Amino acid sequence: MREFAALYRALDSTTSTRARRTALAAYFSKAPPADAAWAVYFLCGGKPRQAVPIKLLRAIAAERAQVPDWLFEESYQAVGDLAETIALLLPPAIAGGSTVPLHEWVEQRLLRLRGTPAEAVAPLLNGWWDELDAHERFVWNKLITGGFRVGVSRQIVVQGLAEATGLPTQVLAERLTGDWKPDAAAWQRLVDPAEGAVPPGRPYPFFLAHPLAGPVEALGERSRWAAEWKWDGIRAQVVRRSGDTYVWSRGEELVTPRFPEVAAAAARLPDGCVLDGELVAWREGRVAPFALLQQRIGRTKLTAAVLGRAPVAFIAYDLLEYGGTDLRSEPFAGRRARLERVVAALGDPVVSVSPLVDAVSWQDLAAMRLEARARRVAGLMLKRVDSAYGIGRTRSGPAGDWWKWKIDPLSIDAVLVYAQRGHGRRASLYTDYTFALWHEGALVPFAKAYSGLTDAEIAKVDACIRQNTVEKFGPVRSVTPKLVCEIGFEGIAQSPRHKSGIAVRFPRILRLRDDKRIEDADTLEQLRTLAGALS
Amino acid sequence: MAVLELRPAGLYCPAGDFYIDPWGPVDRAVLTHAHADHARRGHARYLAQRDALGVLLARLGPVSIDAVGYGEARTIGGARVSLHPAGHVLGSSQVRVEVDGETWVVTGDYKLDPDPTCIAFEPVRADVLITESTFGLPIYRWSPPDRLFAEIDEWWRGNAAQGRPSVVYAYAFGKAQRILAGVDATIGPIICHGAVEVLNRCYREAGVALPATLAPTGPARAADRAAGAGALVVAPPSAQSTPWLRRFPDASDAFASGWMQLRGARRRRSVDRGFVMSDHADWPGLLRAIEASGATRVYATHGYAASLARYLTDRGLDARTFETREFDAQYSGEQEEPALPGDGGAAVDAGGGAEAGGPPDA
Repeated sequence: MREFAALYRALDSTTSTRARRTALAAYFSKAPPADAAWAVYFLCGGKPRQAVPIKLLRAIAAERAQVPDWLFEESYQAVGDLAETIALLLPPAIAGGSTVPLHEWVEQRLLRLRGTPAEAVAPLLNGWWDELDAHERFVWNKLITGGFRVGVSRQIVVQGLAEATGLPTQVLAERLTGDWKPDAAAWQRLVDPAEGAVPPGRPYPFFLAHPLAGPVEALGERSRWAAEWKWDGIRAQVVRRSGDTYVWSRGEELVTPRFPEVAAAAARLPDGCVLDGELVAWREGRVAPFALLQQRIGRTKLTAAVLGRAPVAFIAYDLLEYGGTDLRSEPFAGRRARLERVVAALGDPVVSVSPLVDAVSWQDLAAMRLEARARRVAGLMLKRVDSAYGIGRTRSGPAGDWWKWKIDPLSIDAVLVYAQRGHGRRASLYTDYTFALWHEGALVPFAKAYSGLTDAEIAKVDACIRQNTVEKFGPVRSVTPKLVCEIGFEGIAQSPRHKSGIAVRFPRILRLRDDKRIEDADTLEQLRTLAGALS
Repeated sequence: MAVLELRPAGLYCPAGDFYIDPWGPVDRAVLTHAHADHARRGHARYLAQRDALGVLLARLGPVSIDAVGYGEARTIGGARVSLHPAGHVLGSSQVRVEVDGETWVVTGDYKLDPDPTCIAFEPVRADVLITESTFGLPIYRWSPPDRLFAEIDEWWRGNAAQGRPSVVYAYAFGKAQRILAGVDATIGPIICHGAVEVLNRCYREAGVALPATLAPTGPARAADRAAGAGALVVAPPSAQSTPWLRRFPDASDAFASGWMQLRGARRRRSVDRGFVMSDHADWPGLLRAIEASGATRVYATHGYAASLARYLTDRGLDARTFETREFDAQYSGEQEEPALPGDGGAAVDAGGGAEAGGPPDA
């Protein structure tokens, strides 16, 4: 446990990707296989099922710390993390650290807690806490609560593994996908230098677009650019090789089993063929709102009911490989022409080609872009007709090859009326706000927003909230209306569940409006008018 | 009539017609210590502990200060007033006020941990105790100072071995000198920001032993870079990302504060290291000090006052909070302390005596 806790600390105390990669590599090159397997499991977001009910865990910790329940709760509110709260409240650690290996902590202890009678849990936990030093207790508590997040992406873990083993990242990424059973044998397979050095299902690195900041005319002649709608879905590659089909999401995660209808349609693609495109929710022959797609993402088991309620389609926009040949260095226009033939031959509505938006001039295209919301797309994609398919967010040429030209968010000026403390990095700061709009002379709450402010702005708003608190309800404070913020959002829908009768999608703070008095904020009627105009 | 009461200008003693650490201008102010949120300009007369005199004169300019030694009593009107060590910073005091045989003690800011730069906290018996409660939650429990300094030394030594400077952000008055006195000065040279060096002078004049320090000023020169390699650099938090710090490229940085106890606060600071180092009492320290006072009535002010008061009430004490907007604002960590004469106006010491990093809930 000592080494794993030290790894956690090293990862947590730096924001440098290089330092994190180095720390991971150092751990993986020394850890015994069974420990390394569990480390990979946890670092990639694996969670065993809840080992101890949270309520029981809190009660045991509060009793051990000799802290009354209300004070435990106040402490938790200040810390914002249960595992950390418990680690800070337990009596000072005497042990100098545990030499019991990680896999034993997990297999012999953590996994056996589940189903242990409640009265037997306390003596076990207390005994184990006694074996650990202060920092290890925190990591152990994290394993118990299942909230093991250290801000390391799967990609960094893969890079750390690559550095430790000398294997290519893509080989490791693919070996890690699917059912990763954290044991020594799985680790040996993961780092085996011989096995499947070039995995058949390997996708290509995704080429990413830059957001268009300047005027679109600066891109030059309209005819040098292909325009497509920017779909509101999940970027994906469909790979067909050696008689198998693979669907990869942009996070290089193999998601084939989650999209069986796409995999089935793609199974009729010729061998040695890779499509790049977007997975979207699809109903009645057109794209459905992203919310429907989310119902699919969250499921581990896809029942017939879910498949029926939230059908999915793949909109292809590039052809990266055909007949086993890598086409990425060919011009976009050529790849696209071939893509149209391949998809047409497939003849399945589940796989279609993203149509080109034919507007003759930039001006016409700008006008089309305004229809984006009604078409349920996020804006336009602009691709240079002679561009190669690059890697990541690289830029070739001064103007760039791929641009995303998103629509501006809808926005409204609203008044901050409630505030709640954040979690993690923002614990004990007021960072979660509820905003209200005017309606018949009163302020009616309509949306919660968390992100969008800088740390300096958060500090300023936090101080203002503390000085203008009217009432406290647990972690929530009501605030004298004073602050006006511009709230941006992507969509509006009627909602009987909301007091305002309206729900907005992706609300976020666009900016503080220090220049506005609360009387200048917008009204609920204005929001309704906006909703009416869009439906 | 109460010995002390809360008025708009601050904590007031009707029998002696004086205030303790007032925030509004008054005729007579008794000061617990010289941090900017306690010692303000604009009062006609001051009473303070002798060791605080140098800092007070440097900060307030030429004002009338009656400087007394610890335990030395003054009679002011119908009140007998004396100051007692609080262990917070140089010259920090608890104020004991006795009127008609009833004793109230105002702790000011205090800590129980040993600190070579100031005289250790001494418990004072009281009928009523007004205690600070900045860290009034049981999650705040400090490590022993020797362990803390071992941690700082290890970090410094590691950086020095790679030829890198180690920049630690700490309040210019108190925290900075405690670091200087606590680290192993044989590891390498020590460089102080101008705002810190002014206070180092006050400490040395008061007889506190500090290791030798360098205090380069003005724009960075090539020679500064060489001097910074392997050095410990002590700077106020407000100096972060100022031109002065450009003379230490590739430095590892750290923040020293009690708020660093929480992972969230450490991450928010975005420095390499957070050292949990406070000049305030931790939770066990608060409880020990309250018990040692023998007080049956306790008022908690600053920080987590409500939690501490409720906890004490559960244990049978008559405990309340002094909750005021002024206290809340003082501890919001927003205000900046004015620049000191002699530091060229280059830097300000943020927040005075308040510890920044994660303002608590009052």
